[in-house]
Amino acid sequence: MSEHTHDHDHHEAEGPHVSLKEYVTGFVLAVILTVIPFWVVMGNVFESSTTTALVILSFMVVQIFVHMVFFLHMNFHSEGGWNMLALIFTLVLVFITLAGSLWVMISLNNNMMPGMM
Amino acid sequence: MFENLDLTKLIFGRLTWDAIPFHDPIILATFAVVAVGGVAMLAALTRYKLWGYLWTEWFTSIDHKKIGIMYIILGLVMLLRGFADAIMMRLQQAMAFGDNMGYLPPDHYDQIFTAHGVIMIFFVAMPLVTGIMNYLIPLQIGTRDVAFPFLNNFSFWMTAGGAALMMMSLFVGEFAKTGWLAYPPLSGILQSPGVGVDYYIWSLQIAGVGTLLSGINLLVTIVKMRAPGMSLMKMPVFTWTSLCTNVLIVAAFPVLTAVLGMLTMDRYLGTAFFTNDMGGNAMMYVNLIWIWGHPEVYILILPVFGIFSEIVATYSRKPLFGYTSMVYATVVITVLSYLVWLHHFFTMGSGASVNSFFGITTMIISIPTGAKIFNWLFTMFRGRIKFDVPMLWTVGFMVTFVIGGMTGVLLAVPPVDFVLHNSLFLIAHFHNVIIGGVLFGLFAGITYWFPKATGYKLDEFWGKMSFWFWLIGFYFAFMPLYVLGLMGVTRRVSHFEDQSLQIWFQIAAFGAVLIAVGIAAFVIQLVVSFKRREALKDETGDPWDGRTLEWSTSSPPPPYNFAFTPRVHDLDAWWQMKQHGFKRPESGFIPIHMPKGTWAGVVLSAISVACGFALIWHMWLAAAVTFVALIGTAIYHTFNYDRDYYIPAEEVERIEAERTKVLANV
Amino acid sequence: MSEATMTADGKTQDGQLEFLVKGDHHPQNGTLLGFWLYLMSDCLIFAALFATYGVLARSYAGGPTGMEVFDLTLVAINTSMLLLSSITYGFAMLEMQANRLKGTLIWLGITGLLGAGFLAVELYEFYHLIHIGATPQTSGFLTAFFALVGTHGLHVLFGIVWLVTLLFQLKKHGLIPANKRRVFCLSMFWHFLDVVWVGVFTFVYLMGVLP
Repeated sequence: MSEHTHDHDHHEAEGPHVSLKEYVTGFVLAVILTVIPFWVVMGNVFESSTTTALVILSFMVVQIFVHMVFFLHMNFHSEGGWNMLALIFTLVLVFITLAGSLWVMISLNNNMMPGMM
Repeated sequence: MFENLDLTKLIFGRLTWDAIPFHDPIILATFAVVAVGGVAMLAALTRYKLWGYLWTEWFTSIDHKKIGIMYIILGLVMLLRGFADAIMMRLQQAMAFGDNMGYLPPDHYDQIFTAHGVIMIFFVAMPLVTGIMNYLIPLQIGTRDVAFPFLNNFSFWMTAGGAALMMMSLFVGEFAKTGWLAYPPLSGILQSPGVGVDYYIWSLQIAGVGTLLSGINLLVTIVKMRAPGMSLMKMPVFTWTSLCTNVLIVAAFPVLTAVLGMLTMDRYLGTAFFTNDMGGNAMMYVNLIWIWGHPEVYILILPVFGIFSEIVATYSRKPLFGYTSMVYATVVITVLSYLVWLHHFFTMGSGASVNSFFGITTMIISIPTGAKIFNWLFTMFRGRIKFDVPMLWTVGFMVTFVIGGMTGVLLAVPPVDFVLHNSLFLIAHFHNVIIGGVLFGLFAGITYWFPKATGYKLDEFWGKMSFWFWLIGFYFAFMPLYVLGLMGVTRRVSHFEDQSLQIWFQIAAFGAVLIAVGIAAFVIQLVVSFKRREALKDETGDPWDGRTLEWSTSSPPPPYNFAFTPRVHDLDAWWQMKQHGFKRPESGFIPIHMPKGTWAGVVLSAISVACGFALIWHMWLAAAVTFVALIGTAIYHTFNYDRDYYIPAEEVERIEAERTKVLANV
Repeated sequence: MSEATMTADGKTQDGQLEFLVKGDHHPQNGTLLGFWLYLMSDCLIFAALFATYGVLARSYAGGPTGMEVFDLTLVAINTSMLLLSSITYGFAMLEMQANRLKGTLIWLGITGLLGAGFLAVELYEFYHLIHIGATPQTSGFLTAFFALVGTHGLHVLFGIVWLVTLLFQLKKHGLIPANKRRVFCLSMFWHFLDVVWVGVFTFVYLMGVLP
């Protein structure tokens, strides 16, 4: 019995191995990807709002990607790929929820309240 | 700030004696029955000193089998309540024509149809589905418990807590009069200033926590804890459909939480999400709640597809036809179910392109569902079919569900929907798929796995009675609604002028009575089977000559499920084991690592219910105290690191030796 | 036991299929995956809030617009605090990996302080908005704004409460596997909040001040 009294976690190395390099790279990239959109908006770099919006949205996408890789240590191997699968599925659903709702509601407004929007 | 402080108000909020519906004889009579019954039950429990047993063996148990059984009991008890609502509505609509106003005032009728919907979906179908998944998944994948046993207990108690809060609304205050999805602006504070919608919100939020956590739990269980050798494509089909269902739960319920949270803010803080003025947009609520709501119907039906698949394969004594296509069909449904939500509100006015898109996706989703029907038919084809009760439910399902599916495809055509939206045709359609699909499946599953859970089979005769009364009752109750819907009768109406419609409602009421007999037969079946349990005993653990691992252990299974973890080589693992003349080991047992029971689930849920009740009645002091207590208890619980123990080898040996003795006599 | 005599495909040496694992079998621990799934579900709560904000973002109802009320300097300060707290959490993880309890505690503490600073600035911003009359009740836009940013703030608050609890648990039990798992889960939670904040400052604040 004595061999069973110790704590039963054989998986000492659970979770990915993390490194200083990873965190620093992530941090530097995140800083750059944050500063630029703030500068773009606060310094009125572009004339058109649409251009600005597209630029900062693409920076957002890249930065989210950076956080995922360097801070959340996402890759295709952790937890047998289930983490990544769950993430991709969730991102698809987030896209469906956001884009779908906006599409539905904007169409609704255009049809039901023309001139008010 | 404190000049208007009124101590009574601070403590009791808006709860006064007026909240108790003394004026309504129907509720008073119900209350009397419930009170007498409840007191009798409590007295019996005390008399036979069962409290300690219930507390240690059931309430605080983290054994997935016991939790599964508790879910199923909860679901069946709530089925009685939900059905009582149903038959009251049928009775009202059968008599309330012309001068006869029926026996239910509109105010009460509105609460009944809301409660009926909420109970049947959240507190009948969900607990039954979750209960069966809870009971079976670990057994089917050859493991000893779920991934997070404590969370499992907590989830159950949160679901039960939500149900308890919902039941309180019957006697203290009122329930929502808004319909089961509580659309604003009707559910907003201006149009529904009472406590009804608040009961609705908090009971669903509390139960929702349980549902979400149980979804995560079962998902991790299936992903991480399968027996060695059981690759994804060797999983039993019920486990596959459960996997997809739990994916849907984890990905859909947060949206419900969020949208109910927003409604709560509108009602409690006066914000403007869904209000008519101040730039709110009530249509956004409808949009969001159906993003949850459509996946929800697949959450209910997918595990039931799994149940039917297991039953068809077992009773046809053949492997399931097209296992792979069945799995892919399930996965496709899982993804597609997120792309059809707008078909619930074609008439909102999003325009032709939006409606066409969602109409087409809705029709597409019927294809994988249709494929499943063919899979079952081909499994039965040339099989040696035994028409036992589970198989009867299955065949009844296949016929009924196809009809419901076809009326669904009709409704998926936007121009048709403009005519039939919110009519009784819709009501007939979704009862057609939910009764004919989900409920028949749950009864089939309960009958099929009952011997596994209890050690004796259910009585055949009363099972057949229950089935035939349900089936025929269903057609009598809902086919008239299709007719009425086509004639333009809308839902949720408590009184009619046109006398020519009355006959259809009377036929429907007759159907409801038949269903009542079906439910009574089911209850009798339970009682009779319990009484005849010696005659109906199953000692083999495998009464139907089953194919999957749950039949490889004893009935009921020991606390540790399997003395040794099974090793899987093929689909239908137990069938293969039997083919290879598998011999049960009778020695060499080792200690088994198991989780410990805990009080935390019951206590946390009780505090949550108290907190919900305080919030509903605006008892701010009590709400604050219970909220702090909730957080404090949760944190306290995290300091408990001592969560498991070992069943000693001698104990395993003793249990297994007993089984050996029993098997020798079979 | 018989495990040793078994070939890789689960057969005994004489070619018979082996149907049982005779030794002690422990399935993998699922906590990290389970917590990740919880985060994914949380992500969908935020998706619903973002969608609502997207729909109501121009429903000013005569009240102030984003351009009039948002103070980007405050947002920049807040963003930098949250970003810094991400790397300080990273340092805590590195200390934990090296099995240094004290370092882990210190870096976790710093992370918590940065989180508290973030909350303080956010509370100041809310207080300021309410003070100038831009309350959540003013318009659909402000309702959605307060709900989205407030929900994120509540998550940060929850993270801090959890962090403090964890400090006590680490002190009490040290870097045992159960605690390491908790530190790891909290790290996912913390970085996840950072990801959501990236969405918030872009989608709400930066796009909100565009003409």
